[in-house]
Amino acid sequence: MKANRFFAKAYIWLLLIVLYAPIVFIVVFSFTEAKSLGNWTGFSTQLYQNLFNGSMQNSSGLLSAVKNTLLIALAASVVATILGTIAAIGIYHLHGRKRGVMTFLNNIPMINPDIITGVSLFLLFVFLGISQGYLTVILAHITFCTPYVVLNVMPKLRQMNPNIYEAALDLGATPAQALRKVLVPALRPGMVSGFILSFTMSLDDFAVTFFTRGTIGLDTLSTYIYADARKGGLTPELKPLMSILFLVILIVLLVINIRQSKQLSSIEKK
Amino acid sequence: MNKRSTWALPYFIFLVLFVVLPLVMIVIYALQDGSGHFTLQNITKFFTDKDALSTFALSIEVAIENTLLCILIGYPAAYILADNKLNRSAVTVVLFILPMWINALMRTLATAELFNMAGVPLGKGTLLFGMCYDYLPFMIYPIYNQLKKMDKSYAEAAQDLGATPGQVFRKVTLPLSMPGVWSGVMMVFMPTVSTFAISEFLTNNKIKLFGTIIQENINNSMWNYGAALSLIMLLIIGITTVLQGNDQQEETSGGLI
Repeated sequence: MKANRFFAKAYIWLLLIVLYAPIVFIVVFSFTEAKSLGNWTGFSTQLYQNLFNGSMQNSSGLLSAVKNTLLIALAASVVATILGTIAAIGIYHLHGRKRGVMTFLNNIPMINPDIITGVSLFLLFVFLGISQGYLTVILAHITFCTPYVVLNVMPKLRQMNPNIYEAALDLGATPAQALRKVLVPALRPGMVSGFILSFTMSLDDFAVTFFTRGTIGLDTLSTYIYADARKGGLTPELKPLMSILFLVILIVLLVINIRQSKQLSSIEKK
Repeated sequence: MNKRSTWALPYFIFLVLFVVLPLVMIVIYALQDGSGHFTLQNITKFFTDKDALSTFALSIEVAIENTLLCILIGYPAAYILADNKLNRSAVTVVLFILPMWINALMRTLATAELFNMAGVPLGKGTLLFGMCYDYLPFMIYPIYNQLKKMDKSYAEAAQDLGATPGQVFRKVTLPLSMPGVWSGVMMVFMPTVSTFAISEFLTNNKIKLFGTIIQENINNSMWNYGAALSLIMLLIIGITTVLQGNDQQEETSGGLI
């Protein structure tokens, strides 16, 4: 048994090392001035300084790409969270075939590969003559984010006592009050994880954005990196930018998960 | 009480407009020529286009290899992570999911750069390694989830009745974890066929996958042929989904974090 545990641990850590090697690689080489990855010219925080005082080449391009990425992710995940939560409540109260249809439709965007989602929406916008830009990208992101919100809110609905909402109404709450004071607090954990999932999926998206951004020169971080890499030679300041993003995500996720597992174990103790 | 079922209506309309209608668009464009007349030319063009056919075959081959590789590497990892005796920390699980939150293109570029530094020539080997690296978390997570919620008493009962550890695994644990493996396959196989940027970066444009030719056609305004290629991909998705069966879909809920 001891030997088993040793091999199991060794396997896990080996995988983690391989999995993280490229990320560590980016972080390490963000602390040197060299243009290309893998070229070490001594320790320096020059790239970080460039990033923050905006004194890099083509700084407006990268900075606006970051801004666009964050704005699109925020807009898409807020709308997806609201739409998905309302939809989950509705689907939860549906029965039989109607529920089957909704579940099936909700599954389509999750099963579809990005490129299909992207191409199909592109064709729709072309067909309808809608000019593509921010709005179409946000709309496209909402379509692939919302199903995950629905999936995250559903279990919370199942756990909730269905009578509490009725009770609030019986005691004189308006439907809006009952929604705000009873439903939302009960569903909040599911909404939060749906929101975070949506936000990160939107941040990471490349293919869908690529097809729905139109020709107005709208760039997100992904499309910027793609164009940059195709030109040959990444903007060096991408390395510190990615390192900072990684650090933020690492901290947020670890905090959330440690809090969750603490809550779980305190529930189990009771 | 039942009035709240109408809350599903806005989302239903949204899904019809932005999920169903776009898919219908793929079919419409695939069956039209440039001036809007009905034609099967785009479809027959694919089946007579040697380049497209060989790219398609290669994509399926790479996707199968990548999926098998992910199962082979990912299953033991998921098994270890889900086993209370072997792994007690929830943080290790988080560490496995975390790379999914880093921009995939950036990770892929860094992987390609690592290969360059190590002097490994970019080609099919690096493509497979990089793909596996990108999709491994998507395989580990559903299997882990499935194993975690599995009732341990089945395995214990088999053991009590005299099954060896190998038999317990083969006859109890593995069959019970198959739904997780299937959702992992869904999350790895189709995305591998359809990626375009990742395969370009990992092979320095030497190897094209199916996603790349769809993208090239759409970007060069050959919408109808691009739509036809997408339609072929949609059919494969449909077939794999039907083969997998829809029964476990609804219960595979729960967050990824």
